Amino acid sequence: MTLLGQFALWTALLVGAWAAVVGFSGRWHGRPELALTVTRAVYALWAVLLVAAACLWQGLITHDFNIEYVASYTSRNLPSYYIVSAFWAGQKGSLLFWAVVLSTFASLAQWLTPARYRTLMPYVAAVTSSVVMFFVTVMLFASNPFQRLPFTPPDGNGLNPQLQNIGMVIHPPMLYLGYISITIPFAFAIAALLARRVDAGWIVAMRKWTIMSWLFLSIGITLGMWWAYVELGWGGYWAWDPVENASLLPWLTMSAFLHSVMIQEKRGMLKRWNMSLIIGSFLLSIFGTFITRSGVIASVHSFTQSNVGYFFLAFLTGTAILSFTLLHTRWDRLEADVQLESMMSREAAFLFNNLLFVGIAFSVLWGTLFPILSEAVRGTKISVGPPFFNKVNVPLGLLLLALTGIGPLIAWRKASTANLKRQFTWPVVTGLVVLAACLVGRMSNFYATVALSLAGFTVGTLFQEFARGTTARQRMYSESLPLAFGRLVARNRRRYGGYIVHLGMLIYFVAFAGYAFKTEMEATLKPGDSATLRSPFGHTYTFTHVGVSQFEQLNRVVTQASVQVSKDGKMIGVINSEKRQHFSEPAPGVRQKSFEPSTEVGIKSNLEEDLYIVFAGSVDGSEEAVYRFTINPLVLWVWIGGVVLLVGGLITMWPGGTIGPGTSRRTQAGYEVQLAGAGSK
Amino acid sequence: MTRRREFLRLGGLALGGAAFAAARLAGQQQVPLSGQGEAGALRDPGSAGRPQERMTAIDNDAFVTAVEHRLQCTCGCTLDIYTCRTTDFTCTYSPALHKDVLALKQEGKTADEIVAAFVAKYGEKILMAPKPEGFNIAGYVVPGSLILLVGAAMFLILRRRTRVRAAAAAGAGSVALSPAPAQEVVATAGSGPVASPDELERLNRELRELDE
Repeated sequence: MTLLGQFALWTALLVGAWAAVVGFSGRWHGRPELALTVTRAVYALWAVLLVAAACLWQGLITHDFNIEYVASYTSRNLPSYYIVSAFWAGQKGSLLFWAVVLSTFASLAQWLTPARYRTLMPYVAAVTSSVVMFFVTVMLFASNPFQRLPFTPPDGNGLNPQLQNIGMVIHPPMLYLGYISITIPFAFAIAALLARRVDAGWIVAMRKWTIMSWLFLSIGITLGMWWAYVELGWGGYWAWDPVENASLLPWLTMSAFLHSVMIQEKRGMLKRWNMSLIIGSFLLSIFGTFITRSGVIASVHSFTQSNVGYFFLAFLTGTAILSFTLLHTRWDRLEADVQLESMMSREAAFLFNNLLFVGIAFSVLWGTLFPILSEAVRGTKISVGPPFFNKVNVPLGLLLLALTGIGPLIAWRKASTANLKRQFTWPVVTGLVVLAACLVGRMSNFYATVALSLAGFTVGTLFQEFARGTTARQRMYSESLPLAFGRLVARNRRRYGGYIVHLGMLIYFVAFAGYAFKTEMEATLKPGDSATLRSPFGHTYTFTHVGVSQFEQLNRVVTQASVQVSKDGKMIGVINSEKRQHFSEPAPGVRQKSFEPSTEVGIKSNLEEDLYIVFAGSVDGSEEAVYRFTINPLVLWVWIGGVVLLVGGLITMWPGGTIGPGTSRRTQAGYEVQLAGAGSK
Repeated sequence: MTRRREFLRLGGLALGGAAFAAARLAGQQQVPLSGQGEAGALRDPGSAGRPQERMTAIDNDAFVTAVEHRLQCTCGCTLDIYTCRTTDFTCTYSPALHKDVLALKQEGKTADEIVAAFVAKYGEKILMAPKPEGFNIAGYVVPGSLILLVGAAMFLILRRRTRVRAAAAAGAGSVALSPAPAQEVVATAGSGPVASPDELERLNRELRELDE
């Protein structure tokens, strides 16, 4: 099967080259049959890469340890669902995964895009095929998943225990889907530039791709946080690791794009900026991959260092030069249709929101690369960890939170003082109420206080937006409250879905603020011993060590330490934390320990706080156990925020929901428009 | 209006709840206890990870943990010493570094002196964040300064443009609606000569477009 896999990869290279050459050459102009072959080449590319993927999966499932990749990442006793996920556990497999998913998206883009954009599609095919070709080239010449070993080991190395977690089955594909799907908006942008069709058409054509891409990135990042929290055992979910930062960069620029693109759609402004953002987002997604795979920056997440970093660097540089040169040649065509009318307008608020998004992206990139810069300038190695990133980025994040609340309150085009006063009153009051509560409660952390106050302000904004819309519907159509609310959201999914996304984001911020009050202690306990810890919410938890048991489970020996927990004197349950020693079985009855013992955290969550228990190990091989007890406030809200964000994103993407000519929706609180001729399009 | 009040009341309750929760986040303290229960032997101690030493009160000392949060473990994990020694139980570096911190504390050194001793021994790389001095200041101030600069430039340029535009519009005698919300404009339009039916239709169309 590896032969077939290799053949499929070579075929993919040729088919991709055909699609790229014909697509970019423009020879298909006026020749529908040639345009059709480009589209068909995209489908063919997808088919041959599916064959390659099937070959690798076949090798994984049948334990063909003669394939180097299979021997490196699986073992005979690896549970079947991890055998499936081993496909993307290593560098070689993940490159194939990337190529397969991208070709799937490319095919879907060709299939689903309406015919009115047909002039763009061969160019889109050329761009997507070129990117797929790049990944196929890397596989064929630097990191081949079908590489065979000169011998066949009796068993494989197995999968790293930290990757044997359901989070790692879902999180990497989600993140990859986010990274990969950015290629489609990028392809549409390049196609629009090449075809010299830079009106709003290309934006409409790829609107849902953009939201989908952003949503995948959001889910991927959140799942990554969840995996880090439940699996790595350090008691947090975000460590500003270079690889984490790399995932945040395109997310930030895509977030900026999702806001600024509205201005282009509504007002014909920011065309150059939007093109730059999409190109930048794509380049940042490749940059993230470069960081993960090149070993240029130390990270706990990095793949094994190899020479693929050079491939990515060359591709990144080449794509950047070509894309921005193309953009430069079309610069005059991207002139704005209208100019900004007032500084007190939603457009202006969006501009500053974009400045912050891109500024934070720059700040994260700057911090990530600063060790390299410092070493180049001073010749001294330094580390840039969470204290640095928190100091630089937390104030910027809070400004962004403030703008999240401010943006929806300002009218398009021009807002009057009276309008601003009317719009801002309640949100400001709610923000001040929360601030007062924080001060009365003598909250000690400055940033947490500001974050909660701004969250209060933003909640006020969102609540007001929903309340005004819903009550307006109730008055106009005599609808019940739930019906009016449901129809309000359903009739304008993009707007209110977006507000729900904002709600998800502010829930994140509140949860992040709670993290500032993390409390922890270490204790050595014999069976029956107790330790107590007072939580930031004022509860007293008592942890009583029950004992340590050992048993075999699947492909591991488990050492489980159990703790009985009481909250304010009332028993709330038993929490188990484990050490897992994985083993492989090269022959029947022969057992070898594989990897160092890993730690499995015990977690008990509620809306206020998480009890996070880590069994560090035993003393002198006895049941006397060393524990780290951590109380993490508001962590559950991080995951709730993720779900709310997902719901909001799905509402935004859901088909339909546009307002027909017969639908009366005149009540747009806060909107002001000019009548005829006053500078409108 | 009653329903709007209901909305506001509900919102007030929700905010009040959030504020109450925030207020309760204030004080915090930790109290370790210990006893002397029986501890049996493990069947397979080798599978339970690296043997651990007993924790003492000094291991939970706030001073020690604060210092350790400022220093990076030298094992290459990129975590700080405290987090590494309480997370990566296979690491042999962080427990040793922890002992060094304890030893320096015993000598009566302050937090800054302990950190300085580590920097002298391991170089600046041991710090979790570079000291804000010399070239490192650029690391801290460049992003914020750039954002401020670009923001200020944007503000000035856009303000000038909008003023020029407003002046031109005023000269051309453009017709603009009153600054009241659109809903009110539409509601009152029928009772006065604010806008003709054609203009109202155009207004409604624009509102729809803006809202999509």
